[in-house]
Amino acid sequence: MGLFDKFKRIENSLKDLSQYSDSFFNVVLEQIISSTEAVINGKTTILAGTNNYLGMPHRKECIDAACQAIKEQGTGTTGSRMANGTYAIHVELEKELSHFLNKKHTIVFTTGYSANLAVLSTLVGPKDVVILDADCHASIYDGCKLGGVQVYRFKHNDVEDLEKRLKRLSNKADSILIAVEGLYSMLGDRAPLKEIVALKKGYNAYLLVDEAHSLGVLGKNGRGLAEEQGVESEVDFVIGTFSKSLGSIGGYCSSDYEKLELLRFASRPYVFTASSSPANIAAAQKALEIIQKEPQLRTRLWENAKLLYSRLKEMSFTIGPEPSPIIPVRFKEIPRAFAAWNGLLENGVYVNMVLPPATPDGTALLRCSLSAAHTTEQVESIARAFESIKNLA
Amino acid sequence: MKADQKTLSTITNILRQHVSKEAKIEASTNLEADLSIDSLKSMEILAAVEDAFDISIPINVLSEVQTVEDLAIQIDKLLKETE
Repeated sequence: MGLFDKFKRIENSLKDLSQYSDSFFNVVLEQIISSTEAVINGKTTILAGTNNYLGMPHRKECIDAACQAIKEQGTGTTGSRMANGTYAIHVELEKELSHFLNKKHTIVFTTGYSANLAVLSTLVGPKDVVILDADCHASIYDGCKLGGVQVYRFKHNDVEDLEKRLKRLSNKADSILIAVEGLYSMLGDRAPLKEIVALKKGYNAYLLVDEAHSLGVLGKNGRGLAEEQGVESEVDFVIGTFSKSLGSIGGYCSSDYEKLELLRFASRPYVFTASSSPANIAAAQKALEIIQKEPQLRTRLWENAKLLYSRLKEMSFTIGPEPSPIIPVRFKEIPRAFAAWNGLLENGVYVNMVLPPATPDGTALLRCSLSAAHTTEQVESIARAFESIKNLA
Repeated sequence: MKADQKTLSTITNILRQHVSKEAKIEASTNLEADLSIDSLKSMEILAAVEDAFDISIPINVLSEVQTVEDLAIQIDKLLKETE
């Protein structure tokens, strides 16, 4: 058996899917015009399938900060945080995040993926238990796998199902960690965090919340779902990323536990990878500053989200459970979803195509995401493009 | 290693409720290839199995499960651990 034989299934699936679209696997943003527009297949296209919630990648202040950092500190650190890769700028951002999130300690990682990988592979081990929401991101699953902890899933956002597992497992592990997300990346719905916090307290468990999609998006000050639901002090570990609302690359874990600092020595994904470049860190720092100074960005984002949600609802599409900057549009049949995705692209709108098994309910999804940088006219254009493919839903 | 017959029979009964009536379910039946159980359906089935035995199944063991008997063997192991 050859090395690549194990990919036969993927190869066959790709062959099957290629009959629906030649371009699906080869979408290239040929020219980036702005946070909301790019040239695709030679045509100016509205980007409605990114995680660019606040338009930070094209903010002049962020670009200037990144350019300045490159000029002063170079293009890369060439080392890990534990070797020569910790610059003053990394330490500054850790302090700024701690201050922003009201947590005592923060560790900055190279990506959001590696933040989850680093924390979950190290914090919990084979004698502990992680109970995670079934819709959690792959990085949470992968972190658990790397550390060898026993992992149990509960049904998405089902508090009763979580409690059932807590009951069964409460005396069978050294520690139990519940892992959930603030805003789920596919359905755009929130975790019932208040109820989960109540269970965490009742069963003496720890709680980790990945606010990757909710940082800058939820809460009066943009600190995420825990702020919105008034339970920040009950969240033991907050995970986040710089690659969405902050428009950069990097990740973090914040906590009030002083011993979080020990992870710097024990966590292989922290020790054995190069640190974020000064430009990435500087851009994230500036974006964090803007988030705090400009709450109107969040207001604008939610206006856009609610507008598209209501338009799609009026057209009777099967959409996500609540208005959100992430709006999934469901298609029962994959060929129709492909036709719809192609139709949208032809109408100058790019969205994400998500196929089973990556979709939570086995259907195909066209995942739309909104940005504060979208104009009302652009949101209306997205809605009009959906109108043109309505017959395929 | 052979699975306990009672475990096997309980699992078979649960599977019957989730797959087509015509499907033949034996110890050697492959869950994915023979019964077309995808990741979504598998979660529903596992939840039903967990409730039937009042246990929780870690996802870590699922990589070792291909057939009905594999699942029954894992359940037997978990039941032994809880004794």
